[in-house]
Amino acid sequence: MKWALLTLLFTIAAVLTGCEPLMVLDPKGPQAATQAKDIMLSIGIMSVIVLAVFGILIFMLTKYRASKQSKNYEPPHIEGSVLVETICVGIPVLIVIFLSIVSVQSNYKVEAKPTGYGDKEPLIIYASSSNWKWHFSYPEENIETVNYLYIPTDRPIEFKLYSYGPITSFWIPQLGGQKYAMSDMVNTLHLAADVPGEYMGRNANFSGKGFAENTFNVKAMSEDEFSKWVKEVKKTAKPLTEDKFAELLEPGHLGQSTYTGTHLGFLPPPEGENGGHNHGSSHSMKAEKNDPSNESSSESEHHHH
Amino acid sequence: MDFFDRFAIPHPSPVIYASMVAIGLTVIVIIAGLTYFKKWGYLWSEWLTTVDHKRIGIMYLISALLMLFRGGVDAIMMRAQLAVPENKLLDAQHYNEIFTTHGVVMIIFMAMPFIMALMNFVVPLQIGARDVAFPRLNALSFWLFFMGAMLFNISFVIGGSPDAGWTSYFPLAGTEFSESVGSNYYMIAIQIAGIGTLMTGINFITTILKMRAPGMTLMKMPMFTWSALVTNAIIVFAFPVLTVLLAMGTMDRLFGTHFFTTTNGGMDMLWANFFWVWGHPEVYILILPAFGIYSEVISTFARRNLYGYKSMVGSMVIISLLSFLVWTHHFFTMGQGALTNSIFSITTMAIAVPTGVKLFNWLFTLWKGKIEVTTPMLYALLFIPTFTIGGVTGVMLGMSAADYQYHNTMFLVAHFHMVIIPGVVFAMLAGLTYYWPKMFGFMLNEKIGKFSAWIISMSTLLAFIPMFFSGLDGQARRMYTYSESTGFGPWNMVSFIGAAGLAVGFALIVYNIYYSTRYASRDIAADPWDARSLEWATHTPVPAYNFAILPHVNSSEALWDAKKHGHELFPGEYEKIHMPNNSGVPFIMSSIFFVWGFSFVFSLWIPLILTTIGIFVCMGLRSFEKDHGHYISVDEIEETENNLRGA
Repeated sequence: MKWALLTLLFTIAAVLTGCEPLMVLDPKGPQAATQAKDIMLSIGIMSVIVLAVFGILIFMLTKYRASKQSKNYEPPHIEGSVLVETICVGIPVLIVIFLSIVSVQSNYKVEAKPTGYGDKEPLIIYASSSNWKWHFSYPEENIETVNYLYIPTDRPIEFKLYSYGPITSFWIPQLGGQKYAMSDMVNTLHLAADVPGEYMGRNANFSGKGFAENTFNVKAMSEDEFSKWVKEVKKTAKPLTEDKFAELLEPGHLGQSTYTGTHLGFLPPPEGENGGHNHGSSHSMKAEKNDPSNESSSESEHHHH
Repeated sequence: MDFFDRFAIPHPSPVIYASMVAIGLTVIVIIAGLTYFKKWGYLWSEWLTTVDHKRIGIMYLISALLMLFRGGVDAIMMRAQLAVPENKLLDAQHYNEIFTTHGVVMIIFMAMPFIMALMNFVVPLQIGARDVAFPRLNALSFWLFFMGAMLFNISFVIGGSPDAGWTSYFPLAGTEFSESVGSNYYMIAIQIAGIGTLMTGINFITTILKMRAPGMTLMKMPMFTWSALVTNAIIVFAFPVLTVLLAMGTMDRLFGTHFFTTTNGGMDMLWANFFWVWGHPEVYILILPAFGIYSEVISTFARRNLYGYKSMVGSMVIISLLSFLVWTHHFFTMGQGALTNSIFSITTMAIAVPTGVKLFNWLFTLWKGKIEVTTPMLYALLFIPTFTIGGVTGVMLGMSAADYQYHNTMFLVAHFHMVIIPGVVFAMLAGLTYYWPKMFGFMLNEKIGKFSAWIISMSTLLAFIPMFFSGLDGQARRMYTYSESTGFGPWNMVSFIGAAGLAVGFALIVYNIYYSTRYASRDIAADPWDARSLEWATHTPVPAYNFAILPHVNSSEALWDAKKHGHELFPGEYEKIHMPNNSGVPFIMSSIFFVWGFSFVFSLWIPLILTTIGIFVCMGLRSFEKDHGHYISVDEIEETENNLRGA
């Protein structure tokens, strides 16, 4: 019975893994590659540990079963030995130290501008979520898209993430791991694409009824094609007005759309970056006095309801 | 009519109406049955008012099994919905409610009472005590948990279930995005149960520190008692955080404060931090008693003392400290930067070291043993490889840069189920089978028991291994559906088959209880497993006073020493025994708490004020009551002991 089940399990696993490579392990950019490398490395080391435990368990079970021993056998009293305990602590400690070094290095890699692209300036894109859509603002190009993202290859990209509502998580598995978009703080996510192509992007953090469909398409293309697309958008797309953006923020699902201009002017992202929070109304009142562009911030709160 | 509108279900479906009818009929059957068999008096005097730790343990056990059924039905519905792409079995709203209640029920109302059941039943017996330190407080703990569980469970037929996930992250769970009363249930029901848990923590720390049998120094305590001590210490430090957090959440939802809202300076990150400052230690609150059970079971059936007793104790203490230093790993992706993530990445992976020590000590306990594979032992042996897979994937998740890819995916879901099911559920089933004869005076059938253990463990692999793959393939958790082009279909179908297998396994356990109740021999010894610690040194059924003479202890395996090395366990003569009186106050007070909670959920302020007064009246009554308990006379003890010995 048990063997039948085990065989079934392994057959299914074998058939399924025979298919296309898993998305996370099929990276198309440097950050995802760093992460995939860490994942494969840790799977390797962990497999050794799993096999060691299985090995010891099988050894103990075959050798010390009651049915294999004489009736009079009395197991001895063994307190434990310092040597064995030292090995049991020592080896895991060494493994953890090794993995910690790898982990810390990778942390600083994925939290920094990807290297290897010369002195190219990163492309800055503001990615904000609202129930249940993604808004992508390109401040330098002065255009904005909904639910789709065009990016150039071979250039670092700096995403500025925030949310008009529940916490969401911006994730393009083949380009790199996710990060939260929140209403009171702007997060920065560094990515880059090395291979042109279309990739899946989504909100990975549960955000209510429309969460499952809260996805977006990513298309990576050469720098030339990208600037061609920007030009075309500027020629053909309608301007993004305050009213139009308020309409876009209404809860629901939308298709893809494109605008000239961005919402960053009339509805700026939360103040500060990586730790700069918008603390209380007194703070934002002060800001309003100094900065006329913040005048609409009180209005922004109406959209949230 | 406006008044009654609030109690309506916002998203009704035939399943919910059917459940309403089923709940109604069950209540009628129970009331009619109790009346027909004239059992109201028995129920009141023997169970509802009892302060006996053994009976409270059994009531926890029954509640846990009921909640396992409830949470399991949720699980099956989820896996069925996801079994094929674009399935229409459930809509988004129902799916969201179901995964929310699945999580809350399984963690708070299934796993917690299960460990409480075993701690209540076993710890006083294992330390040679006659009850816990505060028996009436113990009854109050149970009834508060029970009323919290009932309040949470009526949500899906009155007013609507919570739907913001078991983590209930704000601002999603706030009134801005969750208008229905569902999240009120979450805040209030868990609060009521949590107060009970906090009291248990204080009660058991006191019991273990102050009421051990003569000779039982701390380092001579059986391992399960050690695990209970460490667990309750974690409870006392972690649960106040939950209490405060839920109070803040309640104020945001009902009184218009802005702790976690998107406007007026609310901070959504605060909820996530607080939640996991409680939530991560909570994981160890569940797993450490499970480790304690495994230590007892493996040592008993390897017929050997536990290998490395001191390092077992040490590793639990280290785990309990580290458990408070890792909470950020639940949101490496929140943007706290490389330095913070690096620190928490290292503390997280460090937990693998003491956990590994425990694992290797169990393996070395088998060394030179005489291993007998009974049902509890089978669970323990299946636990080791399954838990190892779950555990090492935890180390992988601890690598924060890689976690950006695992976070919020099915990989994470696979990991924590592969830790909690073998770690906690197998242990509880092992403990259930192991202690069943002490609780009920007969053994569960070994054949059915072993068969269900195999089904459950293999189904666990079948249900959760595929999720590692679909997670790495980009399947986020908590999605109610997916399109066929994603390629998630086959993985989820296998998961569904595994979930169905788990259902079969648990049904077999229910059948085993029925079968054994009917056919098992009642003529069993007080120590049917040939065990090693004090809980097996008293009679079966255990008399109300546990031990006629308090045992004298010389090692962590006092019974074994008595059996093998001629240690005298019960020196001396019978003396009259002081025992606590039963009390109806805990049950009545908790019932008032139930109405209090219900009023809170629906903002019914007048009943809320009245019940608040009622709760204080109950506390006042207790404060001024002069109840000094009662004595059992020597004659009565002699009579009971002779009867039990004769039986």
